[in-house]
Amino acid sequence: MSTTTAGICFAGSLVLALAVVYRPLGDYMYRVFTGTRHARAEKVIYRLIGVRPDAEQTWGVYARSVLAFSVVSVLFLYGLQRLQNHLLLSLGFKPVMTHQAWNTAISFTTNTNWQSYSGESTMGHLVQMAGLAVQNFVSAAVGIAVAIALVRGFARRRTEHLGNFWVDLVRANLRILLPIAVVGAIVLIAGGAVQNFHDPHTIQTLTGAKQTITGGPVASQEVIKELGTNGGGFYNANSAHPFENPTTWTNWFEIFLLLVISFSLPRTFGRMVGSDKQGYAIVSVMATLAVLSMTLIMWFQLAHHGTVPTAIGSSMEGVETRFGVANSATFADATTLTSTGAVDSFHDSYTSLGGMMTMFNMMLGEVAPGGTGSGLYGMLILAVITVFVAGLMVGRTPEYLGKKISSREIKFAATYFLVTPICVLVGTAFAMALPGQRAGMLNSGPHGLSEVLYAFTSASNNNGSAFAGITVNTPWYDTALGLAMVFGRFLPMIFVLALAGSLAKQGLTPASEGTLPTHRPQFVVMVAGVTVVLVALTFLPALALGPLAEGIH
Amino acid sequence: MRLSSQIRRHLAALRALLVLTVILGIAYPVAIWAVAFIPGLHHRAQGSMVRTADGRIVGSRIIGQSFTDKDGDPLKQYVQSRPSNAGDGYDPTSTSASNLGPESIVDTLPDPALVKAGKEDANAKTSLLTQVCTRSKKVGELEGVSGARPFCTPGGIGAVLAVMGPRDGQGHVTHPTRVVSLNEECGVVARPFVATYDGVPVECAKYGEDYAKGEVVPVRGGAPAHPVVPADAVTASGSGLDPHISPAYARLQAPRIARTRGVSEQRVLAAIKDNEDGRVLGFAGEPRVNVLTLNIELDEKYPYRG
Repeated sequence: MSTTTAGICFAGSLVLALAVVYRPLGDYMYRVFTGTRHARAEKVIYRLIGVRPDAEQTWGVYARSVLAFSVVSVLFLYGLQRLQNHLLLSLGFKPVMTHQAWNTAISFTTNTNWQSYSGESTMGHLVQMAGLAVQNFVSAAVGIAVAIALVRGFARRRTEHLGNFWVDLVRANLRILLPIAVVGAIVLIAGGAVQNFHDPHTIQTLTGAKQTITGGPVASQEVIKELGTNGGGFYNANSAHPFENPTTWTNWFEIFLLLVISFSLPRTFGRMVGSDKQGYAIVSVMATLAVLSMTLIMWFQLAHHGTVPTAIGSSMEGVETRFGVANSATFADATTLTSTGAVDSFHDSYTSLGGMMTMFNMMLGEVAPGGTGSGLYGMLILAVITVFVAGLMVGRTPEYLGKKISSREIKFAATYFLVTPICVLVGTAFAMALPGQRAGMLNSGPHGLSEVLYAFTSASNNNGSAFAGITVNTPWYDTALGLAMVFGRFLPMIFVLALAGSLAKQGLTPASEGTLPTHRPQFVVMVAGVTVVLVALTFLPALALGPLAEGIH
Repeated sequence: MRLSSQIRRHLAALRALLVLTVILGIAYPVAIWAVAFIPGLHHRAQGSMVRTADGRIVGSRIIGQSFTDKDGDPLKQYVQSRPSNAGDGYDPTSTSASNLGPESIVDTLPDPALVKAGKEDANAKTSLLTQVCTRSKKVGELEGVSGARPFCTPGGIGAVLAVMGPRDGQGHVTHPTRVVSLNEECGVVARPFVATYDGVPVECAKYGEDYAKGEVVPVRGGAPAHPVVPADAVTASGSGLDPHISPAYARLQAPRIARTRGVSEQRVLAAIKDNEDGRVLGFAGEPRVNVLTLNIELDEKYPYRG
């Protein structure tokens, strides 16, 4: 079988597997978030937290709970890193520097998992498992909770209430993420991922040289890193490291994990709004964009245009032999289409256009299928914008799922959309204007700009992958990217919850002759079109200066 | 009242985080660690360490290692791994990729004064293209085959010219007045890889001179599009710990291994086959050869008497 055919089968088998779990997992998540009974263990937890699980929250209270939880998380994680030399399993590492600790705390709390540090030489085992890995779980759960709150806004009528954040948080963690993580971790160990508490220990290699073998509770962290679309590697080499991603089929499994929740949530959405077809429409938009993007990146990578790839005869720089070019391209595509940011190969060394695709995927707003939860709410915002655009064309008040999209709703949706482009473009502009920050680029010329643009795109969209040549462990980058992550995560969340609150208050507007059907292929094409057009208009000038300038002669 | 409800909310958040930390951050990883004691999983959870026939642990089956001497030169009796950017090569405490881009083709030359004093110039940078060319040349010499590649000089350096002169409407230099071979430093190379370009004599590059106003033109040369030395032999992996090489690169090394160990090439090829894995289910991953286990097998069956 040729590399191309094998690569297509690899991607095709992922599509098939995701299609198989779409209904069962989506239905399961529907029951998790609509069930009224609390398990006994959960009741104990609610008592420990000190909340009443049956008390419903307005959008404002829900949003303040999200923010309170996130603020506490940032402070806790910051403290843990700063005090790590006093803790168990520190492996003798010093406290993490202040600016780096702040950047990392924000990075993991916002589901970005941007890493300006190198895992194997910075973080002790306890910080990894009780700090970073915990945020891998809870930040993903927060994303799911906010998405579910938005769906409740569509599904409910004439109410102020959007559910209870603490209940959604606990259920997402304990009923969805944890069970899949337990099974997944054991599967990864079976493939060769390590799970131990060893200090780094030195052995004599076959030639008599010394090599230090690192250890750690890697498998348990690796699985949630993918499942929660986090992406922060235990080691610097992330999922390229053989202890994180040991073999060809674990590579397949990790890509599956990072897509599975985001691709199944539209089913949950469809069930909650009472129409499976609405879920199919949303998942179709996601799948269409994903397949197009996957096709393009695989083509660009296998065609290997560019001076160095031509000299090499392939796009093998920064790629592991066991994965090869095609499967690495699939991973790169999936990780940037979701908000994961884990990498099994290094995007900085991709062909110009292949590297551009990873950036373009993030610029899409990570909606195809996007991060756990954040992908669904991002896509629903785009659907709202689409019905608004369609409404303008025919001159009617737009409706979506029986809710009127009036000026109030569209203001929330539009501001949501504007947040990330502002963070990306302003951040990049500042970095390029300051000579000290330009010096952080490893490569020169257009590729250097791509490194900076990628960094701000990745941070603002809470992705976390990098054109990793750039030196970002400086106070300026740690701070600026930290701010981009905060704004890129929490401002959109507040707008989403505000929109949800405003939708929930409405009654049901019955469908009429002029209502745009939102479950047909026509609507799918319109949403996909609106997404691509909006993103292209926003980012094309910046891309033209970076990867396009480099890739097109 | 408002203030107290804010404080109460943050206290609830703190308690929620602590409860979840105990469950997800302590109980869960420890439980997985305990499960990993099951026979079959245990060996892997501990890092898939491998032993030689005499019982000495020599590394992990899934972590690559260098087969070089103290100076970094290849040990001829061993199958060589891919180039690595993890520390000084295959160092698991500093895993890394090169992160150099597809148009990283111009070297930053080292300061000859520092080089003469025996020091390293920290500002000198070798472009990815030159790295690839140099590796290809070295592998070619070691295996006795052609190391030629597109865009490489016969000396194993990136073949890149700065073409200076007036620009046309599209920004190209059509009538050059001066041409410099950017990666070939005067004194280091005897003469540039081409004598003339468009009728203009090509100069070697001098440290400290600024050629930025020239148009950068990589020169393809006549090397085949599929060079003899395989792609994985001239590129570094993402982790710097790649335990595998392609079957093509392994077979390229077979004659040398056979010669140094005094066995037939057939036997070496058979050993390569023993350590080769195909695609899982026929489509996942790429065919590959595990370098460490292959070298262990070679040492056991055909010990080197050098």
